[in-house]
Amino acid sequence: MRLEGVHKRFGEVVAVDGVDLDVHDGEFFSMLGPSGSGKTTTLRMIAGFELPTAGRILLHGQDVTAVPPFDRDVNTVFQDYALFPHMSVGDNVGYGLMVRKAPKAERVTRVRDALRMVRLEGYERRKPSQLSGGQRQRVALARALVNRPRVLLLDEPLGALDLKLREEMQLELKTIQQQVGITFIYVTHDQEEALTMSDRLAVFNKGRIEQVGAPAEVYERPATRFVAGFVGMSNLLTGAVAQAVIGRPGTFTIRPEKIHLAELDATVAADENSATGRIRDVVYLGSDTRYIVALDAGADLAVTQQNLATSSTEALALQGKAVRLVWKRQHDLPIVGEA
Amino acid sequence: MWLHRHPRGRLGLILALPLAWLVVAYLGSLLVLFLNAFWSRDPFTSLVVREFTLDNFVELLVTEVYRTVMFRTIAMAALVTLTCIVLAYPIAYYMAKVASRRIRGMLAVAVLMPLWASYLVKAYSWRLILSEEGVLDWVLEPFGLKGPGFGDVAVWLVFTYLWLPYMILPIYAGLERIPDSLLEASSDLGGRGWTTFRRVILPLSIPAVAAGSIFTFSLTLGDYIVPGLVSTTQFIGNVIFVNVAQDLPLAAAYSLVPLAIVLIYLYLVRRLGAFEAL
Repeated sequence: MRLEGVHKRFGEVVAVDGVDLDVHDGEFFSMLGPSGSGKTTTLRMIAGFELPTAGRILLHGQDVTAVPPFDRDVNTVFQDYALFPHMSVGDNVGYGLMVRKAPKAERVTRVRDALRMVRLEGYERRKPSQLSGGQRQRVALARALVNRPRVLLLDEPLGALDLKLREEMQLELKTIQQQVGITFIYVTHDQEEALTMSDRLAVFNKGRIEQVGAPAEVYERPATRFVAGFVGMSNLLTGAVAQAVIGRPGTFTIRPEKIHLAELDATVAADENSATGRIRDVVYLGSDTRYIVALDAGADLAVTQQNLATSSTEALALQGKAVRLVWKRQHDLPIVGEA
Repeated sequence: MWLHRHPRGRLGLILALPLAWLVVAYLGSLLVLFLNAFWSRDPFTSLVVREFTLDNFVELLVTEVYRTVMFRTIAMAALVTLTCIVLAYPIAYYMAKVASRRIRGMLAVAVLMPLWASYLVKAYSWRLILSEEGVLDWVLEPFGLKGPGFGDVAVWLVFTYLWLPYMILPIYAGLERIPDSLLEASSDLGGRGWTTFRRVILPLSIPAVAAGSIFTFSLTLGDYIVPGLVSTTQFIGNVIFVNVAQDLPLAAAYSLVPLAIVLIYLYLVRRLGAFEAL
């Protein structure tokens, strides 16, 4: 799957502003971004529901830019599931096979296999209205997978589920993807979801791609200020503060969990950086505590510490205390191209 | 305070007036009609005899002209309904799924506009259009053609014209309610336009078509003005109208015929499962 210079304009609004992308075969690829960042529009162009204003879409080297959805070897799992309410679960799943005139016997077996894969064996005769949200979601998945497409597109498929079910489905989706070996392109605004599930991901912002890479790479080496802020929580050091703390000009990000709280007089190793400040705020989060530290050099830094041996009272008592923040030099990351 | 703690009392207050209206004015008149149908008229005094009898129904069944009128009316209602579906569906589809917001609004006004004009005026205009040497004849003359003149064809045309909005609006509302994602899903799974229409859009819009057909069908069954204006043939409505003055019980019995037909029609529509998706 390859996108070359894809643009999409709706009237005056530019939804997608020049996207180049390569998705490898068999990959679990996520498109991550806030709403209105162009990720869903990009997905809809890959599916064939929207025609790009400019650019090309290639599937296995073949230009499919203008190919209608019914002739593309691509299937979609819709955000609202889009199950046909007047058909049974079996007919929903078998719809693609029926339309492409697969023999009846083959249809029945393949529908049964697809339903087994999503753990809904024997649900053929139910109506979508009799299913729970999670079950509908799985029927939608089976309906798309039964056609054995080259690429499966998923448009925020877990968006309507509650947290617990979401986490279950994340694992299940990943397992199914590995089982069938089909390329998944997964649209989400949930950075945690994208990090846990994907082989690689693209971060979208304002119709452009900010960074493409493996989850660890994107998290640990954010290419832009936007990525640093959107994927996980991050501290930004700029201008005079950066000069004072890091010792050189530029824009730097430090993840809150990479920073240690230490006593003012703590020793700092050669491969470490440090800054002093006063704890302005303590937010108790259960397994972690987040401290907001006002640096003496100016600006606030967020620091997250696991509550390994700290009780909540101890953590809260730290408010107002003067501390030294220590982190390894490798964890203050310059953002390239920004002063 | 009392109302706050007694939801039933609250409900009663809200519903008292409409319920009273429904029971007294609406069901009451139907009941009187129903009772009348089983009474008879004294041939000498012309007064209504309040004794139970089935004579009216027997007379309706054995008299050939009543049967002919009945079948003609049902056939006309069915034909008008079919024509309305054929004309209304594409318009409704265009409004619901294709047209831009602006065009949709304009079309909605265009569809509703005729409903603002008086029914009588519209029926009379058609009389002028269809009459001998009328507008239609005048337009067709250069081509060596002639309009249909007064008769069943004229009745069919005028009814179709009059009831078309009652078919367009429900179908439009029904199609509007089908999420676009269903159409995209069908296309995504390999369904071309026609397949998507036959397998997804049509089955999901059947309840709306049924709702519209109930309007066009029953409105045609009950009308007596249009046939009087553009035709000389009689429909159920005309027969009732003529008989109200002469033989009220017979008129009442005859008016139960369209009522029964509509009830049977509703039952059939229900059996087809058309209401399940509602």
